[in-house]
Amino acid sequence: MPMTMTQKILAAHCGKASVQAGDMIVATCDLVLGNDITAPVAINEFEKCGCGKVFNRDKIALVMDHFTPNKDIKAAEQVKKVREFAKDKQIPNYFDVGAMGVEHALLPERGMVTAGDLVIGADSHTCTYGALGAFSTGVGSTDMAAAMASGLVWLRVPEAISVVLKGKPGKHVSGKDVILHLIKTIGVDGALYQSLEFTGEGVSALTMDDRLCICNMAIEAGGKNGIFPVDGQTVDYLKEHGAADPRVFTADADAQYARVIEMDLSALKPIVAFPHLPENGKTFDEIGDVPIQQVVVGSCTNGRISDLRDAASIMKGRKVAEGVRMIVIPATQKIWTEAMHEGLFDIFVEAGAAVSTPTCGPCLGGHMGILAKGERCVATTNRNFVGRMGDPGSEVYLASAAVAAASAVLGRLATPDMLD
Amino acid sequence: MLLKGKAIRYGDNIDTDVIIPARYLNTSDPAALAEHCMEDIDPDFLSKIQKGDIIAAGSNFGCGSSREHAPLAIKTAGISCVVAKSFARIFYRNAINIGLPIIACDAEINTGDRLSIDLANGVLTNETTGIKTEFPSFPEFLQKIIQAGGLMQAMSGGVLE
Repeated sequence: MPMTMTQKILAAHCGKASVQAGDMIVATCDLVLGNDITAPVAINEFEKCGCGKVFNRDKIALVMDHFTPNKDIKAAEQVKKVREFAKDKQIPNYFDVGAMGVEHALLPERGMVTAGDLVIGADSHTCTYGALGAFSTGVGSTDMAAAMASGLVWLRVPEAISVVLKGKPGKHVSGKDVILHLIKTIGVDGALYQSLEFTGEGVSALTMDDRLCICNMAIEAGGKNGIFPVDGQTVDYLKEHGAADPRVFTADADAQYARVIEMDLSALKPIVAFPHLPENGKTFDEIGDVPIQQVVVGSCTNGRISDLRDAASIMKGRKVAEGVRMIVIPATQKIWTEAMHEGLFDIFVEAGAAVSTPTCGPCLGGHMGILAKGERCVATTNRNFVGRMGDPGSEVYLASAAVAAASAVLGRLATPDMLD
Repeated sequence: MLLKGKAIRYGDNIDTDVIIPARYLNTSDPAALAEHCMEDIDPDFLSKIQKGDIIAAGSNFGCGSSREHAPLAIKTAGISCVVAKSFARIFYRNAINIGLPIIACDAEINTGDRLSIDLANGVLTNETTGIKTEFPSFPEFLQKIIQAGGLMQAMSGGVLE
């Protein structure tokens, strides 16, 4: 049976020559990830079952990113629990304040994932690493506990949707616009239990940051994983970040797909996902005057240096509109430092924005920018569900960093072109 | 196993942020989580349900975050089973892993209907309307986890080997 790229990686991790969609397999993990919200539940389970040792202390990553720097006493207790577990099990890849970043920006940056890996994480956006040619997927805390003990995870082999990309994105169109268009096309359950396998000549027109952003939101279409083929850009990225040598898997030419979707990148326009689902994408020809009160640039989706550069290029010499609070959150310490040295902070602060230390913070309504009833926020984050960033009566509009910055300047949903 | 309870009905795309809002995730205590179950979509949820009641929903139930706190809150609140047209994949595996029965089937259910669910034979009976709906059994591998009461229990029985 011919296999998709995802199926080949899964077969290689369960000791089988081939697998097919629907098979139940037990696979070996190259990396097991948890954060300050999901790891405490996993540790409870791990300890309840008397597991004792972890399967491999170098293959576990614990990133304290959601409610850190600890927002309250309970959050501090949770982080303390994980910190003590990491110390007890001698897990070197424990990242706390001062070293941590938003997990899915941090792990690729530190070269902890390479092409061909199988990664599970107790965080739904673990699907991000498909951009590097890895199989990676979000699981729950009990899965994490079992994998910390055994290095194993149960998986149902998914079928795939092939997304064939062509052309080049135009000015102010980025990975965020690509994935929001795709989710608008197939819906929030359009890829349920399936892989989103990206392919076609358009792949080369997307930067690694674009691909990370696109795979990051595969889950918002219900996908098990998103994955890009490994090309020269991928190999350069992995080398530059000190990752292990890539193990390259490619889909068979006659692989079967549940569906094939073609996307012309050159035809895409900036898009905004309206409340309260990521599938509610609208382009600016459909958007009227929508006043906003807050803008957030950050998160595992769009808190990378390219996002901060996009936002800064628009904010330069301009001001945040009166009545709008703009919060910029570099996703990792490295991105923070780069942004500082490049002078991006001067631009943001002079414009009237606030710059934060890395945290997931407001993305999930944790801290650092919670919304009151009736307030609207344009965010470069990934979810706009009811109450996601605060009061159930608040609203989140998902967009790229360029749209977020332009909206901050005009005080309403806007594209950079509307500033001229 | 026969589950019996009154249905409480919700729509499509019930996400984990409304099942248990992130502002309450600064604890992993199941009882504390259950206190806020479904709060942002149905503030009176806890006063409406009795132990053993069943959540019925449309497609993509449990979409969004990987938080196991969501099925944990539902289970601890006293819900015996979730019946939905389809489940988001992480919620699906989390429910199986923690021993919360879930059923994917397209049955007409309204709030207040009396349901009885025969898990072993795959039959859901809506006792209020008299309609019986069959649902497919879980793959054999997952049945082992379900029968053990969850993944950790099944793991000590060698399910992951």
